[in-house]
Amino acid sequence: MARVPVQFTLNGEERAEFIESGTTLLHALRDTMGDTSPKGGCQQGTCGACSVIVDGELRLSCLTLAQTCEGAAIETTAGLAAGGVLHPLQRAIMDGFAAQCGFCTPGMIMAAKALLDHTPNPTREDVIEAISGNVCRCTGYEPIIAAVLAAARSNSQNAG
Amino acid sequence: MAIRKGRGVAAINYPTGMNLGGDPSQALVHSTPTGNFMVSLSSVDLGQGLKQVMAQICAETIGVPTDLVTIDTADTDTGPHCMGTFASRGTHRIGNAVRQAAEEARQVMLEVAADELEVNASDLDTDGTGNIHVKGAPQKSISIFDTALAAHFKRGRSISGRGMFLVPRSFPETETGAMKPATCYAHACVVADVEVDDETGEVTVVSVKNVYEVGRALNPKMVEQQLVGGSWMGISHALYETTEPYYPNREHGGTDFNQYLMPGPGDLAATETIVIERPAADGPYGAKGVGEMCANPQIPALANAIFDAVGVRIDSMPITPERILRALKAQAGEMRTG
Ligand code: FES
Ligand code: FES
Repeated sequence: MARVPVQFTLNGEERAEFIESGTTLLHALRDTMGDTSPKGGCQQGTCGACSVIVDGELRLSCLTLAQTCEGAAIETTAGLAAGGVLHPLQRAIMDGFAAQCGFCTPGMIMAAKALLDHTPNPTREDVIEAISGNVCRCTGYEPIIAAVLAAARSNSQNAG
Repeated sequence: MAIRKGRGVAAINYPTGMNLGGDPSQALVHSTPTGNFMVSLSSVDLGQGLKQVMAQICAETIGVPTDLVTIDTADTDTGPHCMGTFASRGTHRIGNAVRQAAEEARQVMLEVAADELEVNASDLDTDGTGNIHVKGAPQKSISIFDTALAAHFKRGRSISGRGMFLVPRSFPETETGAMKPATCYAHACVVADVEVDDETGEVTVVSVKNVYEVGRALNPKMVEQQLVGGSWMGISHALYETTEPYYPNREHGGTDFNQYLMPGPGDLAATETIVIERPAADGPYGAKGVGEMCANPQIPALANAIFDAVGVRIDSMPITPERILRALKAQAGEMRTG
């Protein structure tokens, strides 16, 4: 297969790589760019473990061709702890014991971040809606919902 | 046609570990030259927090802060033998092995410290923050850091210990069939409230109230997270999950996790979880196994609640709307013919 160039920013950093034509964003990130924070759960759009943010919108990287992200700004969980300081969502997940095996966690965090970026003070229903495309085997979801709400509260306290 | 309410109760005993060919786990503990402690295991942390709890057990036993302990579970080829992380056995079996290994290492550590301080090892105690002192005379002390250095470079001692915990296989007595398949049991009781739509067969779990008896909760927050997740999983087993959903032909069934049903974040029942601690006599610091037990009692409780609501006993899992409707139909047929 032909190799094609792609260029985008990954967590604020310019990246340019050659990839196989038809490579999903998930595989381009994990295998070529070395960012293994998005996880391949089902690789068919049903588990949310591969969630990333592309130009401000939540996307399933397993269903997104890397070539379609030319020039885009891509965010993953790996870029959240800027300067070694945990993002409020990461802190809330830790403090709330909202991860066990952790496989769903990066996708959950990106889904929650996409929500909080648009809706800084979400209701419980907003949070449920936002993570309803993300499967978790371990936690029973309640700790995750509570953590996202806690992160939103700590955000608005810091802002206020 | 109506929404019918029901309440069900269930209580369970759940054995810790298994009884096949004996149930052993082993552990090795050693100190580094600077008084950090390594625990070598073949046991895997699946996300339930085994590494954290083993570090706590080792630290508590040796008398050092938990962050001085590193748990190495790297390789089942080269590590001390472990049966594995299953059967709710990890904290109990591996924890007992770690505790025994840490006790032996602590003894060597105290002997080295005793040589350094020119006292008797039996007169020494640890303060839990990294120092060893003479009982009743805390000013006569040596740090664990210096003790480990002395062991390595002066005294030629290895501050290390071996741990082995085995629950031997229990065979039934020929005459009576009596046996002892487990040495300790965790317990749980659940009250479940449901609403059943007798037209569609759909079950809504309104609430589950769980009480779990876990021995001692060595890490209460991690116990809680496992119980909360387990309670949800129990509901999921009762009502949703199967690799063999009912279809006329197997080929029509699910082939993928795509078609594998679990409740999502929008389907959560109001859940209350209470922990009771009755330390197990043979558990490490009283711990029992809680992993699998926490996802079990919801199943009979929900089956009972559904019976209470619509009067049909479903005895195969999951209790799907289809199974409920078939049972209701059979019941109505019986009523007509009977
Ligand atoms: S891996 Fe993309 S949705 Fe499951
Ligand atoms: S923490 Fe294991 S899948 Fe969510």
